[in-house]
Amino acid sequence: MDDLLADFLTETTESLAELDLALVKLEQEPEDAATLSKIFRLVHTIKGTCGFLGLPRLERVAHAGENVLGKVRDGALSVTPDVVSIVLAALDRIKVIVGALAASGSEPAGNDADLIAALDAVHNGTAVPAAAAGAPATATTAAAAPAAAAPQPAKAPAAEVEPPPPAPPPPPAEAPVAEPVAASDGNLAAQTIRVGVDVLENLMTLVSELVLTRNQLLQLARSQENAGFTGPLQRLSHITSDLQEGIMKTRMQPIGYAWNKLPRIVRDLARELEKKIDLVMLGADTELDRQVLELIKDPLTHMVRNSGDHGLEGPAARRAAGKSETGRITLNAFHEGGHIVIEISDDGRGLPIDRIRAKVLAQGLSTEAELAAMSPEAIQRFIFRAGFSTAAAVTAVSGRGVGMDVVKTNIERIGGTIDLKSVAGQGTVFTIKIPLTLAIVAALIVEAGGERFAIPQISVVELVRAQEGTGQAAAAAQDQPADSSASTIERINGTPVLRLRERLLPLVKLDDLLQLHGRPSPASQGRASETGVDHGRHDGSHTIIVAQVGASLLGLVVDRVFDTEEIVVKPVAPVLRHISMFSGNTILGDGSVIMILDPSGIARATGIAGSGDGRLLDPRSSAQAAGADSTDTTTAMLLFRAGDASHKAVPLGLVARLENIPRERIEFAAGVPVTQYRGRLMRLVSMSGEMDSSQPEQPVLVFTDSDTQSGLENCMGLAVDQIVDVVDEHLRIELSGARDGILGTAVIAGNATDVIDTSYWLTRANQDWFSRAGERDRPNRPRLLMVEDSDFFRQMIVPVLQAAGYEVSAVATAAKALQLRESGRMFDVIISDIEMPDMDGLAFVRAVRASGAWAELPVIALAGRVSEQDVEDGRDAGFTDYVGKSAREALLRSLRQCLAHPPGADDPMRMVA
Amino acid sequence: MGTTTETRPSSTAGSTPREAGSNETEVVFVTLTVADQLCGIPVLSVRDVLGPQTITRIPLAPPEVAGSLNLRGRIVTAIDLRRRLHLPPAPAGSPQMSVVAEQGGELYALLVDQVAEVMSLKAAQFERNPPTLPQEWSRYSIGIYRLQGRLLVVLDVAPLLALSPQTV
Repeated sequence: MDDLLADFLTETTESLAELDLALVKLEQEPEDAATLSKIFRLVHTIKGTCGFLGLPRLERVAHAGENVLGKVRDGALSVTPDVVSIVLAALDRIKVIVGALAASGSEPAGNDADLIAALDAVHNGTAVPAAAAGAPATATTAAAAPAAAAPQPAKAPAAEVEPPPPAPPPPPAEAPVAEPVAASDGNLAAQTIRVGVDVLENLMTLVSELVLTRNQLLQLARSQENAGFTGPLQRLSHITSDLQEGIMKTRMQPIGYAWNKLPRIVRDLARELEKKIDLVMLGADTELDRQVLELIKDPLTHMVRNSGDHGLEGPAARRAAGKSETGRITLNAFHEGGHIVIEISDDGRGLPIDRIRAKVLAQGLSTEAELAAMSPEAIQRFIFRAGFSTAAAVTAVSGRGVGMDVVKTNIERIGGTIDLKSVAGQGTVFTIKIPLTLAIVAALIVEAGGERFAIPQISVVELVRAQEGTGQAAAAAQDQPADSSASTIERINGTPVLRLRERLLPLVKLDDLLQLHGRPSPASQGRASETGVDHGRHDGSHTIIVAQVGASLLGLVVDRVFDTEEIVVKPVAPVLRHISMFSGNTILGDGSVIMILDPSGIARATGIAGSGDGRLLDPRSSAQAAGADSTDTTTAMLLFRAGDASHKAVPLGLVARLENIPRERIEFAAGVPVTQYRGRLMRLVSMSGEMDSSQPEQPVLVFTDSDTQSGLENCMGLAVDQIVDVVDEHLRIELSGARDGILGTAVIAGNATDVIDTSYWLTRANQDWFSRAGERDRPNRPRLLMVEDSDFFRQMIVPVLQAAGYEVSAVATAAKALQLRESGRMFDVIISDIEMPDMDGLAFVRAVRASGAWAELPVIALAGRVSEQDVEDGRDAGFTDYVGKSAREALLRSLRQCLAHPPGADDPMRMVA
Repeated sequence: MGTTTETRPSSTAGSTPREAGSNETEVVFVTLTVADQLCGIPVLSVRDVLGPQTITRIPLAPPEVAGSLNLRGRIVTAIDLRRRLHLPPAPAGSPQMSVVAEQGGELYALLVDQVAEVMSLKAAQFERNPPTLPQEWSRYSIGIYRLQGRLLVVLDVAPLLALSPQTV
């Protein structure tokens, strides 16, 4: 008998016993709504499970019974002894069937038409069971036969009076199965025992302690050459291990339990949506902790429903796409290194990136500028954002994101991760990775400042070996590079950073962070710290643990790394709860207590990442607070310090390069600091007006612009005090503009951060360039009109264009642009955004081409997305050229070409993608 | 694990003075020394007496918290009684014993220099704290017992263990 059936039988037997009692109680207190709804629920559950398990006979009986109960619950039928009797008769029949099912593993043959007809009759109100049926069948142990048979005589004549329910001729009641029922009842009850979870939890704790004690004994035995107790100890050790495994097993359940209801859900969904859906479940016997199981049940159900609803296409669409009519949802569970991985995949249409993008824009979660720079995966991940769970999303957009934020939150709450991969037309795969159990986690044991700490393995991305290189010694380190496998810890104004592939990794020295220097450890004498394997060296090299905290990476510098260990997480004492760096403590195998580090707490404490709460609050609540002028963005921001201690930020996309200019190479020309950079003079601008000359090198953010006339590159260097980090998170900028050079303030990494106005600093440097070259006042500067609804993007691109030598007018809407046309303004070229509220770019260009003075002007589309189709649409609408928003160089090139060859009516279109 | 002495009081030995006025009422104390001062803790509030233990330091913890230790699989927060009483730290290398007490379901170990005998003391010997006793002591003391040749300070466990980040 398969497990599901066995479970069903156990559960149903229990339910039936409960039902008997409840029904009797209901008969005595007909008005007790709680009892009634309990009865209804129990019968409903039995019916639902039968349907899923493929037990048609049982389902039919339960269904008929449920109908009657439904009527009673709705108040359409009052609780009379007769009604109770007939329901009890149905229960007895169910018991008979269940008993046979337990004995043989399959439903017994038989006909319940009589009983069902009787129940239906009651349900339809055609046969209020005659007094004859009111036989005292209320006794809970009533035999099936009389109760089932009782209503028949009353019902048959009634049915003749009222035609609708065709009453079949009463077949001989197949009652005599009653005895085996009782017998198998006993069997069923004996198979499993329900044990309170707290009992298991308690056992688990005891076993954990037993294991620790065992480990201590083993260690003791190793150090003492007393063979007397090694034998028994070995046995004890084995038994303890077995016991631990056994207790762990009591908590483990196959994931199939969480999938139980899915076939039914999918079936109903398929019928409802008129789709053909195949549900494939692989690895249903993969076991995981019941606590985890409970927590992922609902998210899984939700995701499967989503896959069926939004992921899979209807049969017609599938046929058109060359796929088989039947869509397939595959659930796959398997173990992978202390984690369980669950994949939910469908072979549907994939996530509609365009619609997600539109939705992101509509909700103001990001701007076109950032979206343009995002990978498709990053855009797809928006479905996990809280902003995507509004009801409007169900209809307006794909709806795929509905509730996905809840799913993500639930999974993250149990220390899991969720990711997705979607290929248009081929389907979507969600991958959930969760720890096997919450009680025991794998942790990496590290040492810093003479103390050992545990870091949960799940947050560890990789380990990097690095050499210490102080600010002063940096030059020396370059002269004689340390062993090539080791990276060097670099310092910017004393702050350690590590170049890790393409990123600057902020480093936190664990001993500094935890203030482990110079503090004597009075009580730690005689500690057995020789356990574990020393993977580090004590020669100035450090191991950096790269930890993932939300979207940010963080490097923890430690002295040594020991092995990984399975640890039992225990909460810290109340006195210590305020220390956010620790998520708990535990006892290691050698009996010593060790603190468990909390990477997210460390990140918060060091300002590397904003708190999770802050991020959750961010998109909606502050969007309302900031009003219409705000732009909610997701973008890579470069954080730096300049002038004062606070962080400042600039969009990374606007920075051409980061340089460290040796102090002696900074010269002054006409009182202005310059440096020779790539064969030219580069003007250095300092935000504070002066530069800290104590450092041997000057960190500089290099901004470049192509000079339209000379074709040469203009550079401007913004001298800063310290480059802090690059953060890639969503942030909101409040465009204050109150101070020169500051675009506004945003909350980045949990701190209020000034976002600098690149335009201001570019112009400051470039004004000098232009005035020196005499180009500033050139009368024939090309006049450019920019139509762009995003404040942020306008603020960013306009100065670039101005610096490139254009006279720029910018408007926020197509309507305003057309007003300018009516007022007789003339331009040389127009740049227009595509996605704008009210009138979009395509409509705008059609209006321009249709009539008026601008009909012949070159119009460049500046679009968030540049696909073949988009370019095609743009061409049809009348755009001269089509440029991606992130492609600043392409835009300038396109402008030059458009102005050099004004498009005649027949000019072929060029497309710059 | 060092020496572990269980001091589970029998039901009668540690009964609190029922008739407060009676000079014959006896209270049983675990006596201990900290910086040569004899102190006593009512035996009923003592869960365990431990020999020198391996104590794990807890970074960023309040200074009175010496660390945590493993008591038969339970993690116990160790409080340095010398620090709590504003006494100079113990000379390096001197072994410390601890008295384990429970507060709010959590176990705490009070680090002391030496745990001595268990004494039964008559209420007649008891006196209130002298008003001149410095506040950092009077806060944690219920009163004084006059013993032969020396005085015993009765420590009040609850405020001693009532460590919170705010009181630091």
